[in-house]
Order: sequence, then C-alpha cells, then structure tokens
Amino acid sequence: MSQKSTRRSTKSGGLRQKFRRLASPFKNVSAMGWLLAGLVVVLLEMFAGKQLTYFLGLSKIPALFGSLIIFTKPSLQFPFIFNDLTTIGAVLLYDLLIYILPFFLVARFSIGIANRLSGIFYRRSVILSVLIHALLLYIILRLWTDISTYRELVTRLTMIAVLVTLSLNVINGYMGEFSASHPGFIAVGAYVTSILTISMFTDSNLFGAAKLPPSLAPFLFPVALILGGAVAAASALIVAIPSFRTRGDYLAIISLAFMFIVKSFFENLEFAGGPRGLGGQPDLASFPIIFLWMIIGIWIINNFVRSTFGKALNAVRDDELAADAMTVNTRKTKMTAFLFGAFWAGVAGGLLAHVLRYINPGSFGLQKLAEVLAMVYFGGLNSVLGSIVGAVSMNLLSEALRPLELFKWIVIPVILILVMIYRPTGLIAFREFDIAEIVKPKTPKEGDDASS
Amino acid sequence: MPLLEVKQMTHYFGGLRAVHDFNLAIDKGEIRGLIGPNGAGKSTIFNLITGIYKPTEGEVLLNGQNIVGLPPYKIASMGLGRTFQNLRLWRHMTVLEHVKMARYSKLTYGLVGAFFDTPKRRREEAEAEEIARNLLDMLGVYDVASEKVTNLPYGMQRRVEMARALAVEPDILFLDEPTAGMNPEELTEMMAIIRQVHQEIGLAIFLIEHRMKFVMELCERIQTLVFGEVIAEGAPEEIQSNPKVIEAYLGAEVDT
Repeated sequence: MSQKSTRRSTKSGGLRQKFRRLASPFKNVSAMGWLLAGLVVVLLEMFAGKQLTYFLGLSKIPALFGSLIIFTKPSLQFPFIFNDLTTIGAVLLYDLLIYILPFFLVARFSIGIANRLSGIFYRRSVILSVLIHALLLYIILRLWTDISTYRELVTRLTMIAVLVTLSLNVINGYMGEFSASHPGFIAVGAYVTSILTISMFTDSNLFGAAKLPPSLAPFLFPVALILGGAVAAASALIVAIPSFRTRGDYLAIISLAFMFIVKSFFENLEFAGGPRGLGGQPDLASFPIIFLWMIIGIWIINNFVRSTFGKALNAVRDDELAADAMTVNTRKTKMTAFLFGAFWAGVAGGLLAHVLRYINPGSFGLQKLAEVLAMVYFGGLNSVLGSIVGAVSMNLLSEALRPLELFKWIVIPVILILVMIYRPTGLIAFREFDIAEIVKPKTPKEGDDASS
Repeated sequence: MPLLEVKQMTHYFGGLRAVHDFNLAIDKGEIRGLIGPNGAGKSTIFNLITGIYKPTEGEVLLNGQNIVGLPPYKIASMGLGRTFQNLRLWRHMTVLEHVKMARYSKLTYGLVGAFFDTPKRRREEAEAEEIARNLLDMLGVYDVASEKVTNLPYGMQRRVEMARALAVEPDILFLDEPTAGMNPEELTEMMAIIRQVHQEIGLAIFLIEHRMKFVMELCERIQTLVFGEVIAEGAPEEIQSNPKVIEAYLGAEVDT
C-alpha cells in the first residue's frame, strides 16, 4: 500500500509542487495566526456583511458560504441545478470579499504579530496557550453562528459529529477492527440521557411531573450525559465479550446485529415512546455546552491514543502476537478501547437528543451508520485531526449540497469513492495530533523573510 | 536452581506429535543453542515455552514458577523476551514507539493517567522513553528513533526487534533465527551485538539457528532436535562430531 502511494505521489508531483509554491507564503503562519485571521473575517462579516449583501443585490447574508443560493431549485433545464449567473456571481463575490481575501491577507501579514503573541503565551505555559487558542476558536464560531440560527444548528450538529467520529475512529482506526454498532451506542446514550432529563426536569405525559426543580437542570445535565455514556459503554460489553475472543470478522457481524437489536429494542420500549419516538427534552445542549464537551472529548481521546496504553491498540492491530509477546494485555486493551469509544458515542448521543429535542428509533439505523463511517474513512484512520476534518467537511458538504436533493446522494458518494481511490486510508491518516506542537509559534528558518 | 527449566514437555497437534519428551535447563547468563533440520519443531518449542501454545504434557518453570497455561503477556512480563523468525514489527509505528511499547507491563499510571495526562503519566512515559533510547543507542539504531520501521533496511529492523525484546527487561532472551535472511556482513554484526548484549546486560540467551558457524561460535551448549526429539546435547565440538547429528543433516551412508 505504501509503495502504491509513493508511486502516485511522484505522478502527481507537478500538482503538489504547484500547491507548495502557492502555500509557501503561509508556511510560517501559526495556529494563532489562522485564528486571528478567522476572527477578523467573522468581525468583518458582522459589521460589513449586511451592507455588502445589499450592495450586491442579495436578499440576506448567505448562510453557508452561499451554497444554498447557488444550488437552488433542481430542474432539468440548463443550467440544471444552479441559480442564475448574476446571483451566483454576487454570492461568489461576497465569499471572496468577506471570507477568502481578508482571511489569507490577514494570515499572511499578521505572521510577525501572531508568532510573537503565541510565543508570549507559549513561554508562560502550554496549558494557558491551549486555552487561549480554544477561547479564540470559541469566539470565532460564536460570532459566525450569531448571524443565523441555521448556522448555529449546523455548527452544533457538526461539533457533535466530531465527537462521534473520534469515538468510532478509536475502534475502527486505532484498533483496526470494523465495528458497526455506533448508531446503537448513540441511541442508548440519547435515550438514557433523555429519559433522565425529561423525567427529572420537565412535566411530561410519559413520566409525570418534574421531580427536581428545572433550575438544577444545567448543573445535572453533565451527570445525565456521563450516565448515558456509561450505559452505552455497558451495553458495549454485549458486543465485546463474545467478539474479542478471536480475531476476524466476528466483530463486524455481531456489532451490526447489535445495532438492529438496539433499534428494535427502543421501538418496543413503550414507556419511552416506542416507534413514535421521544420528544420534549429540555433545551440544555446550548452552543457553549456542546463546545465544551467537544473540547474535553478531543482532549481525553487524544490523551488516550497517545499514551502507551493507546499505542497498544496500534500494536494489537498491526501484529497481535508480537504485542502479546511484548507484555501487552491484548484482550484488556481491546475491551478498554471498545468501551471507551462506546462511552463517547453515548455522550454524543445525549447531546444530539438535546439539540434535536426529539429522537426516534428509526433515526439510529443504517443511514446513521453510513454517515458516521463515511466521516471516519473520509477524514482518515488513526488520526484525531483526520476525524475532526472528516466530521466537519462531511457535515458542511452534506448541508451545502442539501438543495440538490437527490443529486446530493450522487455527489457525496462520488467524492468518497475518489478519496478511497487516491487516499485509501483517508485524507489525514496516521498522523499524531500534538496539541503542544500546534500552539507553538512558528520560527522562520534561515533564508525566509520573517519581517512581514 | 536453573533460570528456566523444562521438564518432559510433549505436545501434539491433533494426532501429530510435534515435540516429544523435551527437557531443558538454562542457568543465568548462559547462551544455549537449539539446532535441527527444517520442521524439527524448534519454533514450536519456543511457542510452547512462551505461552502461545499450551503443552499437552510437561512442566515449564521460569525462576522456579510454573508458567504452563499462563497467557503470553504474563510470561513475557515475568522476564522472558523474544524475537520472531519472520520479523513481527508493527508497521505503522516508529522505532521509539516499538521499544516503549515493550515497557507496557512496567507502567502503573492506569486509565486515569491515560485519559487525563497526569504528572505520574508524564514521569513514567519519560522514564520509559529514556530506557528505550538507551537500548536504541546500545543496538546502534538511536538515529532512526523517529522513523517508521518499514522505512528501515532489514538488518536494522532485526536490531529494532532485539531492542524491543530487551525493553521487557528479560532474564532470558529467546532468539528465533536471528540471522535469517542476512548476508555475511550483517551476520558478523549480529554476532557482535548478541555478544555485547550478553555481556552488558548479563542475561541468558536461548537461540534457534540454522547457520552452524553462528551457533558454534556463540553457544556454550547445543541441543539438536530431529522430529521433535532431542538426539544430541553437548558442547559445540561434541555436537559437530556426533554421528547422529551428521546423519540428521547430511543423511546416512548406505551400506551395500
């Protein structure tokens, strides 16, 4: 496989070189620099977005970079699925003036300042530096999503998808076993958390009057989420105990069965709504809460996969016999990782239920599985960054192409197939996600112009 | 008390008797060789002692403790390191990660440390890294510590595997054909490395080899295995002149 990819890379060497030349002015841009550029962009949109849309003759600020405006009203007439050219032009101009130009200009010309700034924080302490980066990211996302509720919803769902993708990557990527039970774990987490919050904090037909004052809800919500995750992890034992005795395809089959069992279990669980579903969850999964859970999730999962206990997963995947002979308790390693992945899927499910505020068993079926698997394999196996990229890009792509309706289910699979052909393990596979390295200021090497 | 003692070990694969009445006693710091033609059951004996197979009959004592039936990872952590006949390296991991991985059983920070990056974890990981780097230095692969193993030439991969086995802190090291597929130059290098490891760490070594020169020079005692049975045991010179061994390797003269 590695041989194949090197042959490919020499073939596409010209393209790569062109890309490198294009990217060379930005190679000293630190994470801080990119975040500053992002901040400028969202501020610009906040203050000048309205005026620019008016000037360009658009009715309102494009919600998702204008994709919803470009791909409108699917029809069989030319130009098939697109809006008329002047509107498309206006949208593209808007993207160029608000997003693309300011973003890259600021990134390029703030290199000096951004590096000095991140240097100051980095020398003080790495943790402080990481926190400041996270805070900046939060502010950017918050300002960006302030413009429309649609944006906010998409962002919230995307952040949950990041958690789901990461948790599946631990099993399918790091451990290298194919598990198909994730929708089941999400469903278990979603139901357990929902039942807890609905019965405790709201008056509902199903569970009766609230047992605790609703003012406590925000403080006990994390407990409900962790319980949801814990029950999901416990249910993972049903899959893990029989299938980790041996290697092979057993896990794929058993986990697929598990997914269907969970689905029909909730369909027949009358006290939780049965096939009609369960609605009326209190509005607890606000933007900051989900952001916080996502950051904590990324941090813990990344810690785990970078520890020797997490690396043991790779050893078991690449050669179990050798891992065993090198004192690695392979069975315990696999069990831990599987339950760990299930736990985070459960937490993500709890969050999802409180964003949508309605869940039904039907939504945790094969389609959900396909979505999650696509995000993992698109982003890249064995890579935290890959999972983040995969979840974000698949979610945005799926939202951006929503107006295409049926065509969307042609475009997305084609993109997936292309990724599988040219990068069989995903976009950013087998890469370490070293947070301390990312928040470091970038020092220009000899010969580079650092003055800008 | 010998470091490793095997008493009357017999093993059947179904109806096939792979090993019959095998006895072995290795003392601290001894280098012992096991030779025999292809299919004699040498690797099976390794797998039986290291816990990959469970012997049908017999006892295996490591430091006086019976280890029959224990899983391989437990036996390994009790002080038994090994290499494999056809390198079993983890193809997505770096050289340093390989050696650190073998410190698995020595880490005590547990899941809390793994999840939350505690100070204890940092300390233990740093210790493991230092030990790993020292071993890499000793085996002359320090410079490639952050390379993926698949990018290394064969001889280096062999040394990485040896470093990995040593990171287990073994009292006894099992080497399964350490020179398989090596050219004469690499062979002399490997011999020097084994001598060096033996001197510096002072562990016992039990090795399977095909190349007579290698075994004769390194080992103090040799066993010859044919069809799962030991037909000769003794010092290299004795083995070399033993008619049974010559017969097993070269075939017997036919009286006419």
